[in-house]
Amino acid sequence: MRLPLLALLARGPAHGYELKQDLEQLLGAAYPQPNVGQIYVTLSRLEKSGLIEGEEVAQSTRPNKKIYRLTDAGHEALLAWYEDTADEPRVRDEFFMKLALAQHTGLADQVTLINKQRRQYLNTMRGLSKLAGAENRDNRIAHLLIEGAMLHLQADLDWLERCQEELEGPE
Amino acid sequence: MNASPPTDPAPPALLRADGLVKTHYGEGAPVHAVRGVDLTVRPGEFVAITGPSGAGKSTLLHLLGGLQRPDSGSVWLDGESTDSYSEARWATTRRRSIGIVFQFFNLVSNLSVADNVELPALLAGTTAKQARAEREKLLAELGLAGKERSMPGELSGGEQQRVALARALVNGPGLLLADEPAGSLDSKGTREVIRLLSRFHQQGQAIVLVTHDARLASGADRVISFFDGRIVHDAELGGTPPRRDAGISDVLELTD
Repeated sequence: MRLPLLALLARGPAHGYELKQDLEQLLGAAYPQPNVGQIYVTLSRLEKSGLIEGEEVAQSTRPNKKIYRLTDAGHEALLAWYEDTADEPRVRDEFFMKLALAQHTGLADQVTLINKQRRQYLNTMRGLSKLAGAENRDNRIAHLLIEGAMLHLQADLDWLERCQEELEGPE
Repeated sequence: MNASPPTDPAPPALLRADGLVKTHYGEGAPVHAVRGVDLTVRPGEFVAITGPSGAGKSTLLHLLGGLQRPDSGSVWLDGESTDSYSEARWATTRRRSIGIVFQFFNLVSNLSVADNVELPALLAGTTAKQARAEREKLLAELGLAGKERSMPGELSGGEQQRVALARALVNGPGLLLADEPAGSLDSKGTREVIRLLSRFHQQGQAIVLVTHDARLASGADRVISFFDGRIVHDAELGGTPPRRDAGISDVLELTD
């Protein structure tokens, strides 16, 4: 979560709870609600490595809050982040290893494995459709996130179909 | 499967297929499109049939709607065998009890949107006044109010498919058959079709949908995988949406 937090701070100083809300608002319901504790831990690590600096601000009725700002080193780190291209997503290798080894172990039937996995993907797809339906229509970023997840799942389902074709083709 | 508890008598099947077989003979080797299919659809159920292209799923849908006849096996509608149905009887049935939408909309190109939707109602003996009222209601529901006078060619693909949906539903059929209804639409049109099918389903419409698109299929209560002319898997999907903080939490995973 380090770099997304840095990126949020590029716009201006903010405290931990604001960053949590910014992330939620940006990414919508498909994004797992960030754990505020995790955000504070990450922020203090970023501070230790000199990428951000914090300043305690006194509050009258509540404990002090800490406002973080990006340092020059943090700015550099963000630029480097944008320079890099991201790794492509990996094939669901755990399922594939199960499938590949099913015959060796004699413990599972390949077609049953495929069917179970398909049901899981379809259920997830259904959940995503519902999320898309519930998401604010104007939040384009959140909709793109959900659509991306759906297209990945579609590819996984197509791939299951290919596995099935190969393993259960006409005798 | 979600069998009803034993004390609760199962509702009568809206549609039942028994041992359907269909082989296409043309140039080259015969194509065994449907090789023994049993299928039951209950009132209000939304069933998706998915599978690779060429698996025979469109043929299956055509058999269910009487657009093609099986080589063997039977289709039952509301507990009645259609074995002895004439073409005319099937046509009447499709007008009153089964609505169908296709990938390429199949609207009558020289009739206005309003006439395309009202025609099947008038053919089924509805009064002009009532046909018009039904048409207005459906077009409004489908976001097409104001397009009544347009000709199909003036509409986008997504709009044409919505007109086709209105036409299919104008006589309040118990069953809607949809054959790749988003197959020629873009991503936005696809989302719109997903949304509309779900909405009609929530209103109690039974739907059998054939698609290779899992996004579309996932709107259904039940997804049947069709492969090489046979049903290879029949899965009831769970109805509970994922929790906000779990289940699909790896949609986007922040590392580190």
